[in-house]
Amino acid sequence: MLHDFAIIGAGVTGTAIARELSKYRLNVVVIEKLSDVATETSKANSGIVHAGYAAPEDSLKAEMNVLGNPLFDDICKELYIPFERVGSFVVGVAGDNFDFLEKELQNGLERGIPGIEIIKDVNLIKKMEPRITDDVEMVLHAPSAGIISPFGLAIALAESATINGVEFHYNSPVQNIEDMGNFYIIDCPTRSFQARHIVNAAGLFADEISRMAGDFSFTISPRKGEYLLLDKMEGFINHVLFPVPTKKSKGILVSPTIDGNIFLGPNAKDQESKIDNSTTIYGLEEVVQGGRKIVPSIPLKETITNFAGLRAVSDTNDFIIRASDNKPRLFHAAGIQSPGLSSCLAIAKRIIEIIKEGGVSLELKDNFYRSREKPIVFKELNWTERDQLIKEDPAFGNIVCRCETITEGEIVQSITRPNGARTVDGIKFRTRAGMGRCQGGFCTPKVIKILSRELDLEEDEIVKREARTKYFYGHTKDFRRHKDATA
Amino acid sequence: MLQRETDVAIIGGGPAGLAAAVEARNHGCDVLIIERDDSLGGILQQCIHPGFGLHEFDDELAGPEYAQRYIDVVENGGIDVLTNTMVLEITPTKDLYAISENGVINIISKSIVLAMGCRERTRGAIKIPGYRPTGVYTAGLAQRFVNIEGFMPGTEFVILGSGDIGMIMARRLTWEGATVHGVVEIQPYPSGLIRNKVQCLDDYNIPLYLSHTVVRVHGKDRVTGITISKVDENWKMIPGTEKFINCDTLLLSVGLIPENEITKKAGAALSRTNGPVVNQFLSTTINGIFACGNVLQVHDLVDNVAVEAKKAGKLAALYSKGVQVPTSMEKQIVRVSPGNGVGYVIPNVINLDVKEEFIEKAGSMRFSLRVRKPMQDIYIKMRSGQKELYKKFHRYVRPSEMIIFKIKESIKDFLEGLDIDTPIEVYVEPKNKQPGKRERD
Repeated sequence: MLHDFAIIGAGVTGTAIARELSKYRLNVVVIEKLSDVATETSKANSGIVHAGYAAPEDSLKAEMNVLGNPLFDDICKELYIPFERVGSFVVGVAGDNFDFLEKELQNGLERGIPGIEIIKDVNLIKKMEPRITDDVEMVLHAPSAGIISPFGLAIALAESATINGVEFHYNSPVQNIEDMGNFYIIDCPTRSFQARHIVNAAGLFADEISRMAGDFSFTISPRKGEYLLLDKMEGFINHVLFPVPTKKSKGILVSPTIDGNIFLGPNAKDQESKIDNSTTIYGLEEVVQGGRKIVPSIPLKETITNFAGLRAVSDTNDFIIRASDNKPRLFHAAGIQSPGLSSCLAIAKRIIEIIKEGGVSLELKDNFYRSREKPIVFKELNWTERDQLIKEDPAFGNIVCRCETITEGEIVQSITRPNGARTVDGIKFRTRAGMGRCQGGFCTPKVIKILSRELDLEEDEIVKREARTKYFYGHTKDFRRHKDATA
Repeated sequence: MLQRETDVAIIGGGPAGLAAAVEARNHGCDVLIIERDDSLGGILQQCIHPGFGLHEFDDELAGPEYAQRYIDVVENGGIDVLTNTMVLEITPTKDLYAISENGVINIISKSIVLAMGCRERTRGAIKIPGYRPTGVYTAGLAQRFVNIEGFMPGTEFVILGSGDIGMIMARRLTWEGATVHGVVEIQPYPSGLIRNKVQCLDDYNIPLYLSHTVVRVHGKDRVTGITISKVDENWKMIPGTEKFINCDTLLLSVGLIPENEITKKAGAALSRTNGPVVNQFLSTTINGIFACGNVLQVHDLVDNVAVEAKKAGKLAALYSKGVQVPTSMEKQIVRVSPGNGVGYVIPNVINLDVKEEFIEKAGSMRFSLRVRKPMQDIYIKMRSGQKELYKKFHRYVRPSEMIIFKIKESIKDFLEGLDIDTPIEVYVEPKNKQPGKRERD
């Protein structure tokens, strides 16, 4: 089948573009190397919708961030994505370059960022953020900065795109792209796709995809960022807290997450490997030191996990959002590092404009579904509503994840929804089962059972992510027998 | 919404909940056990190794056998049980809300016993760097996979932490045909019971790497190996001592922490063990809510859980009958603080203003504690200011073994000897450092 568009990569950028394209009378396919949406760069980042003052002047980063930030309110309402504008502080302590904060303020004012201000009243700062370091002298306050779950966003965008006819194919790493004159053939290990146009949203591998298609115009290099995630501590801190930034990154921040946890990170380390997302002793120590500078009392004993993500940094250090210079019908949304999450909705709109400018006529559908079915979140219901729900479907009376209070009903729902979960991580990122303080110690066997039942697979076929992430090596007694036979 | 009324509501049907329930029932109360699993017994059901009940039943039982002895008493003794039912909240007015497949159940009780047990510390809690592949499990989860679900979670194992579950799993996995390449312990001594080191590691030639830890997990999709390293006395890795071990699974047995979500929601104060603050009557800071078992302090032996739970069950029963059991929140309390060499002490506080007739009913005055490190030839002492309240010589003490003692004198005299402004301290004193004795040497 010939598709109008193939989007390569199902991160926040790819899924945002997929949803935007699904508004038109088009046949769209999304091709993803890994087992789910948002499984790489979009999974492991700070989850912050930046206000937009920080990116360099005249950069696409700045433009997209400023355009992208206000788009979150509507889409989060339409798609029931938790999002909160908690505001951000850049925390100036003695010895910092305060001129820099003034310059950032000017940037912010010129870019029309709402409410941006410098606060020098230390009492007021302390009142707004009681656990901030005593060394604070001034802060740059941007009230429009928000927090969101980046994978929650991608999952919702992908679901919306699916409802509107977009196909998603997972575990499909693109191996070869051939231009057939008026369409491309895109080869993956188990099948091929044909598409008139390609949108390259392949994150860390966008340069490789581009090269496969015959466009050698840019390279992407990975920059690792490590994080520590702490248990839920509602009200421990109220804002996204940045240090005064360095050239390479916004620095190690301390922030609440939309789910009520606290995180510290990221550091920034350039590396060769696009695969290596492992954390290191030194990196985690750097994160701890950085976090303590802003919030000295941060309770590290509440740490529940650590992880690292790779930023996709282009050789221009800016976003690459354009049609290919030398290949027709190829569009790039590449080099989407920070503020990529903040920008993804604007990037999707820009890609549509570029496609239209390229002479492709796009015709709006008259039956585009803006919303999706509201996900049932048991924890947020009151006792009467909970009782009602369980009476309608007893699966909601069975708690599977006790740390996060996730019921079997929600797990089943996350599997059966459009573009639903097929892996243990898929369930984790859709429902939060396994994301709490016991990190799946209690719920993993239960989740494996439910997946096996709903997908009609054996329990030892269930995977965490991709095919090589199985949990079991067969039944106990078979194992012994097998071992004795081969010995 | 369903409603249930009872005298004593017991949250959790593991060893603590079962023993508390039986005791409360023996005191003539209506008792309701609320258990989230589909059967009673708690974690004992997956502990199929022997060693339970030596004190309690003078018999060496497997976990499920030990549990069954209590379950039989519960089932024949007119104790109500709700299984597949999970308590989600205790309101400050002591209303219990639980859910099951039948809906929400609102349970109104006169008193409550918290017996939810504990959970395992995870990889994140101890910050092991590296990749995040499949094949990193807590030892208890692996135990469930092997003993209950019947699946092998790996073939080549390394176990981090020499806690009891970790050592027991080393033996269990060896029996099932897996290879256990070693148990890695950050402390210079095993953190579980000596009998488990001997019976589970030494007997199977499984190496125990003391003063070592895992510094990296390898393998992006599935564990392909781990790097261990020696550590110094501050648990910092010593560069140059790294060693790679090929394995597909890493089990973690790095400690247990009390479940405390419900305790917190109820508004009870927590102590340094992460369990609720309790007084000598095992009463939390909330009137009518008692705690026992691993939800209070992580125990070494189930037999010790039973003793503590019976006391909680009895006091909850008395409370439900209208006896005013003092809470650990009242004005006339004195703090019990862990001193030199002691990790924690239960009870956390002692109520001084106790009616004489109640002292009789409440039973013995029992203290339990753990020391911070293994020591030889020491005294465990308790004092209030300069006044010595208790003293006992121990040839050996280890963090893996709880130390339990009772006040031998009359409790009335003991309480009268305390001063509200002087905290009680429980501490370790080396035998040879006693000033008086040294002079004589």
